Amino acid sequence: MKVLSELKYSESHEWVKVEGNKAYIGITDYAQDHLGDVVYVDLPGVDSEVEAGGQCIVLESVKAASEVFSPLSGKIVEINEGLSDNPSFINESPYEAWLIAVEMSDSSEVSGLMSAEDYEKICD
Amino acid sequence: MKTTPLYEKHVELKGKIIDFGGWALPVEYSGIIPEHEAVRNKAGLFDVSHMGEITVKGEDAEKYLQMIVTNDISVLNDNQIAYTPMCYQDGGVVDDMLVYKYSSTDYLLVVNASNTQKDFEWLLSQSFGNVDIKNVSDEYAQLALQGPEAQTIMQKLSSVDLNLIEFYHFLGDVNVGGFSTIVSRTGYTGEDGFELYFKADDGPKMWDLILEAGKEHGLVPAGLGARDTLRFEAALPLYGQEIDKDITPLEAGLGFFVKLNKEDFIGKEALAKQKSDGLKRKVIGFEMVDRGIPRSHYEVFADVRKIGYVTTGSFSPTLKKNIGLALIEAEYAKEGTEIEISVRNKNLKAKVIKKPFYTKKYKKN
Repeated sequence: MKVLSELKYSESHEWVKVEGNKAYIGITDYAQDHLGDVVYVDLPGVDSEVEAGGQCIVLESVKAASEVFSPLSGKIVEINEGLSDNPSFINESPYEAWLIAVEMSDSSEVSGLMSAEDYEKICD
Repeated sequence: MKTTPLYEKHVELKGKIIDFGGWALPVEYSGIIPEHEAVRNKAGLFDVSHMGEITVKGEDAEKYLQMIVTNDISVLNDNQIAYTPMCYQDGGVVDDMLVYKYSSTDYLLVVNASNTQKDFEWLLSQSFGNVDIKNVSDEYAQLALQGPEAQTIMQKLSSVDLNLIEFYHFLGDVNVGGFSTIVSRTGYTGEDGFELYFKADDGPKMWDLILEAGKEHGLVPAGLGARDTLRFEAALPLYGQEIDKDITPLEAGLGFFVKLNKEDFIGKEALAKQKSDGLKRKVIGFEMVDRGIPRSHYEVFADVRKIGYVTTGSFSPTLKKNIGLALIEAEYAKEGTEIEISVRNKNLKAKVIKKPFYTKKYKKN
């Protein structure tokens, strides 16, 4: 299982990449492996508000629909529309396949996320 | 959780083990899609040892089974198999099964894993005359070898000419790689293939033997996930979804397996009445028009009201479309009818299409 040291992680297996006040959010290698082949991505609308821990995306494998939670609060400013036509990119490159970008309303929430090292421990 | 004789093999192969009605079984090994495609194009090997096996023997076995199941088993030859629903008095389905006929006094029933105990009790409760009914599920391991390469692979392991086993026929004692095996040309994928029954203890050796023989023909181990998408594309019903205690075989589109001209059987009166009154609900096939994947139990709408629910829905790996089976009011069952599927509280457009979604590739002589 791959974990990137420069990213932050949530307990529900999302990764976060912070760029200034903006955070890109995706799912981890561990999560994509457990989900299986992603065949459909249901993304939220740009400009919608999310709460930390709130469900905002649904990824569907052949077998089931799984919810993805935003680890951070704020406004969704970008969605990765390219995934609609190429959902398997999430399986191939989970750390490149960001799902949404959030303009953070409370950047202190980032400090509550896990380091790569801590995240690896909960994946055992 | 109960395990099959092949549990260790699944773990070795890094199968993702899930709880399937109390059984620890792999949902996938390499992935549902590659396994699904292997079965459509080459071959896949499934552990289906969880399936139930019940023997019915005795002088009155034929008469008894004729009363129990909806299909006509009196027309079977020895070594022939019938698919049939088994109904309650009200026409609801107890289970669906395969009936293997050795002779008119000796039958083997193969039933759904999670229904085995219920079926066995039902069979006992309805018994009459000279019949001996035994649940022998634990004695057997069962494998399904499915796909266009299935026969080539099987033939490497047996000196019996497999062309002798026609569609829905079996031989009761075939030497497969040294193991005494029941070999039937049956399956649950819409492809040609075989189902094999042999002593539970022989399971792991047989599994290795077949995988090894199939290697050069593209054979892969396949899990329950692919088993479900394969049977779904072929619109083969699954108990608990398309058929159930409150869905009749007629509503499920299985009228071909309900012989109302048979003398008598449990459920006949209710089913004959349902047929003459006209069906109020039908299981139909549909395709999503809007983007979204239908799933079991999602509600179906038309004319701003609920008209039924999805029984099975999925992305179809073969058709690359999002499709489903749904039990809906009969007046909306016509091909081309526009319906809506409620996906996470949004009503998405869909339309009724012909089923099966995938044309079965059975080898019929």
